[in-house]
Amino acid sequence: MNTRIVLRSISVTAWKDVKIYYKKAPVWIFGLLLPAFLFLAFFIGRELDMRENFPGFLAMSLFFTASSVGPLIIPWEKQAGTFERLLSYPVSLSTMVIADILAGALFGTVISLIVAGIGLAFLDIELVDIVMLVVMFALGNLCFAALGTLLSASSGRVPSNTMMLSALVRFPLIFISGIFVPLAQIHGPMAYLAYASPLTYLVDGFKYSLGASSCVSVSIGIAVLVIYGVLFLALSIILLRRNLLRGV
Amino acid sequence: MEDGRVTVIARVEALGLTKRFGDILAVDDVSFSVGASEFFGLLGPNGAGKTTTIRLLTGILRPDRGRITIDGIDMLSEPFDAKMRIGAVPEVGNIYADLSAMENLELVGRYYGLPKDVRRSRSKSLLERLSLWDRRNDPVRAFSKGMKQRVSIACALIHEPPVLFLDEPTEGLDVQSRRIIIDLVKEMNKRGSSIVLTTHNIEEASRLCERVCILNRGKVIAISSPEQLRSAYEKNLAVEVSFDRKIDRCVLEECATGAVEEWGDKFRLMTDDPDKTIRKIMEVRAEHGLKIISIQTVAPSLEDVFVKLTEGSK
Repeated sequence: MNTRIVLRSISVTAWKDVKIYYKKAPVWIFGLLLPAFLFLAFFIGRELDMRENFPGFLAMSLFFTASSVGPLIIPWEKQAGTFERLLSYPVSLSTMVIADILAGALFGTVISLIVAGIGLAFLDIELVDIVMLVVMFALGNLCFAALGTLLSASSGRVPSNTMMLSALVRFPLIFISGIFVPLAQIHGPMAYLAYASPLTYLVDGFKYSLGASSCVSVSIGIAVLVIYGVLFLALSIILLRRNLLRGV
Repeated sequence: MEDGRVTVIARVEALGLTKRFGDILAVDDVSFSVGASEFFGLLGPNGAGKTTTIRLLTGILRPDRGRITIDGIDMLSEPFDAKMRIGAVPEVGNIYADLSAMENLELVGRYYGLPKDVRRSRSKSLLERLSLWDRRNDPVRAFSKGMKQRVSIACALIHEPPVLFLDEPTEGLDVQSRRIIIDLVKEMNKRGSSIVLTTHNIEEASRLCERVCILNRGKVIAISSPEQLRSAYEKNLAVEVSFDRKIDRCVLEECATGAVEEWGDKFRLMTDDPDKTIRKIMEVRAEHGLKIISIQTVAPSLEDVFVKLTEGSK
């Protein structure tokens, strides 16, 4: 395999995604406005300990932004007829999926870095472990951008349907992942769900890095995010290949 | 060179291509090759497997069985290298509506690794050639169907590929766009590119293609030059006649050895003996006091051959 062409296929596809899809309204509505409104609804006007709660908000904004680009790209391209054309260029399904994930992760990184910067500059937040914060940023963005791509791979060619599916999957996750209710206070069957959610490990990793109380070992958190990221990537490719054969 | 013989590598080689979608066998053991600078047509009725064959040849789908090589490069084991050598215009309009014509070409040029100055100069010359230079910075979404298709063709040509696949490139276009596109494709062919064209327009295929492959129900049923196909069916001649007034078709039925069809103000009498048919027409003329406006013998067109070969497919 010609590595140079493969890398070029990934970088050009990611560049195309940034150029076309970052401007789309659903990306800004589902990626920025929604977490901002959730923040206002849950944090403002209540005397909450920001040191304990800011990592959760940061994880929520990263989760929403990183997973907001992916659900749009593939259905949009399928509807416009550009999806198949792209595959006739020196591009494969795998390089296309990797590029879509990178474009989503880049969007998530930029927005969540701004959120982190504001938190660190204006709130009483202590940066305890910068290396772990960077690792969590990278893994979280890649993992949830891959989730966004998986959501689009599993659905058809109507972007609004995919956005609905993505809202259906993403909303429950923020309520079971230790953002609004600390992980230590979740018991019974909900605890199993919480530990099954990859978002839980990002929230906990941020809590550890920013000096809040965390429950899970960071090495477990890293392993879980890597496993979920690889799983989402592999499933995206498998589903897209299957849908291509079915003409969906 | 081996034993004094020159081995010529086909630009496109399809060997035993088979593709199944569930219970449907879309492409069934299809084999053909396309030589350098050849203009090759893929014809067939709807659902014959033309588009699936093109999707296999351009690497969009993988065949269940069979082998594809482009310029000697295996599409299945080296898809990236093989795709570098092709340009494809798929059936559905397929350029980025949010981007301008220039940005679309810029994007495709990047995929093929063209340096910036080459991308710019080729985009300029293609857009000028396709009468789109004045609209180069407008978003494509504001373009007509013909203009979008011209951009689509330009995207397939920017890297000057040795092989060009065109799936119904002029379907539903205005005459001007159709002519511009056909002229450009012919020019590419003259400059050495091999062209694989699928079309419903049999006259177009007959005019452009050196050889055509007729597909039916996923199988190859004939590969030859349009002239050879026509001459193979030479015995299916017809006599076309028109009279000064309308007569009943059954009056002419005894004149033909085959069917008698009404074609506007003319009758077409299928026959394997035009001389005998014309004599009988003369008898009918005298018997009914008719005046002949025109009469001619007609060799089978590629369309006649196509219909003959694919009849029963519906």
